[in-house]
Amino acid sequence: MKTNIKHAKAAEEFLKDEARTDWHDETLWHVREKRDTAAQKLPEWEQLRDNASEVKDYVLSHLDQLLLDFEKNANSNGVEVLWAKDAKEHNEHVLDILQKHGIKNIVKSKSILTEECGLNHFLEDKGYDVVDTDLGERIIQFVKQAPSHIVLPAIHLKKQEIGNIFHDHIGTRKGADDPKYLTESARLHLREKFVQANAAITGVNFGIAETGGFVVCTNEGNADMGTHLANVHIACMGIEKLIPRAADLGVFLRLLARSATGQSITTYSSHFHRPMKGRKTYLILVDNGRTTQLGREDFRNSLKCIRCGACMNTCPIYRRSGGYSYNSTVPGPIGSILSPGMDINKYSSLPFASTLCGSCTDVCPVKIDIHEQLYKWRQVITKEGPSDSRKKWAMKLTGATLSKPRLYDFFGSMARKALKVVPDSLVYSSLNVWGKHRDLPEVPKQSFKEWYKKNRKDNGQ
Amino acid sequence: MDSKQHILEAIKKNKPAETLLPDLLSFPATDNLTEKYTQSLSLNGGSAIGINTLEDIHTYLKENFPEDLLVASLVEGIEGNMDAQDISDPHDLETVEVVLVSGEVGVAENAAIWISEKSLPHRVLPFIAQHLIIVLEEDQLVTNMHEAYQKINVAEGGYGVFIAGPSKTADIEQSLVIGAHGARSLTVFLVKN
Repeated sequence: MKTNIKHAKAAEEFLKDEARTDWHDETLWHVREKRDTAAQKLPEWEQLRDNASEVKDYVLSHLDQLLLDFEKNANSNGVEVLWAKDAKEHNEHVLDILQKHGIKNIVKSKSILTEECGLNHFLEDKGYDVVDTDLGERIIQFVKQAPSHIVLPAIHLKKQEIGNIFHDHIGTRKGADDPKYLTESARLHLREKFVQANAAITGVNFGIAETGGFVVCTNEGNADMGTHLANVHIACMGIEKLIPRAADLGVFLRLLARSATGQSITTYSSHFHRPMKGRKTYLILVDNGRTTQLGREDFRNSLKCIRCGACMNTCPIYRRSGGYSYNSTVPGPIGSILSPGMDINKYSSLPFASTLCGSCTDVCPVKIDIHEQLYKWRQVITKEGPSDSRKKWAMKLTGATLSKPRLYDFFGSMARKALKVVPDSLVYSSLNVWGKHRDLPEVPKQSFKEWYKKNRKDNGQ
Repeated sequence: MDSKQHILEAIKKNKPAETLLPDLLSFPATDNLTEKYTQSLSLNGGSAIGINTLEDIHTYLKENFPEDLLVASLVEGIEGNMDAQDISDPHDLETVEVVLVSGEVGVAENAAIWISEKSLPHRVLPFIAQHLIIVLEEDQLVTNMHEAYQKINVAEGGYGVFIAGPSKTADIEQSLVIGAHGARSLTVFLVKN
């Protein structure tokens, strides 16, 4: 197993631009504050979280039966349901559908699942033009970037950069960076794409087992503009996105937008049950590692996630290291417990990208014990291989010292003397991994033990 | 084994011990629903107007939209200047300026209004129009989403949507911009009984 410095290294890159890091930090904290205001307006907030968590427990413990119910009901609604055990099969299903219907132009609304499956690249390699229609996603698509946040995909970019991107790709005025002007330009550009599209691909926020329908939430209206104009709708859904009853949406829709952005609800919550006359709707159910995660007792709760992003907005590490430092489709605290389940080698550094402060767990609308799972992943990863050999060596030495009081006293007094005279370049040398990101506290003149001995003597006791 | 069987087998093997499905939540209804609804909608960037008769909407249209712009009304008792039922290809609706549609239930806590396919000859109408007007009987306001889901049947039509404001985005530096892909404005007329 490789060392665990990958996240820290990538974060270093992000931190080079201090002003931008501060802006990123403050902006996301502001979103977190809006979430707090929205949550505090509801006296029943904690009841909603408890209920949502229990509903999701039920879903995970009945997932096979609920999926069968969902499929049966969707089929009787005239929706064709396809199953995909992994990303590859998901992408192939999409390609088959596009080929079957002779589709050329595709519009897509936000779907983290299709990011996870690498669908855009797959289709582009086959010669398809896939147009992301969420404003944030369109921005980053132009410059071939991935989303850096699951709800705010372009939060890492400044408006001047977006102005330049739009100038290059859709011909906005050079130097123009007014968000209103840029949004209006994107609206006009994407209206054309909506009108030309033959197929619309969407994600799914919630699948309703009892009715076979599914719900897609947006603020921009892009999912609806796409699906209602195109002949074919392909909805891509992770198998864990099910809820048992339509009325459970009462709870989940109250939680989702408040947790995500502090809005009381997204502008549009669209419920799809049957295709329009003469049209076709496909729904692809995707596993891609979810059933394996379901089998991990310590980590299965991560499958309750409704992708609100609240844990990212509140995380002191995410806010100051940016989404890309995680190098995973879902970044932040939730990504750091989901991704190691997909590939423990590739994502071994992510559970360490946390202070374990527990703020993520506090804001999670479905009460996932995120910070506890981060801690548990650390145990798994450290057991399986060295985290950082220098840190490991230091921990061993510390362990030995702490277990022998005389040795502890000796090293303590040595350190107090030495740290005063030894130059910083040596104290913060590459061997001191801990000191790389932190300053040592001021060295006290004496240990408590020495102080106690002296004072007791002075008091004549 | 096909993928469906593969996935179902894996779930059977890996799922946790069964837990019970909790009862649906409900909370006491609050009063002043109209006032609360109006506040919520205003927070979302829309505006609610209380009216006594549908005639007031005609006046509003005259005062706010030039006559040569296309107005499609799906509300009985309100005249537009085009008939959306006559349009066979929804792409032709691209030039529609204003759509008026009837809402079924309005939610005071978040301003969301349920619109079902029953009222929509084309699903794209509330989105493709530049401006959206929803007409709702004031006595169809409820306190929260739990109550709303008790009143509607989501599977009744092929499609239904809660709309809670004008289309919006904050994807550029978190600056709120009204008018992303859907309607640029939402006006809700609450009809008194």
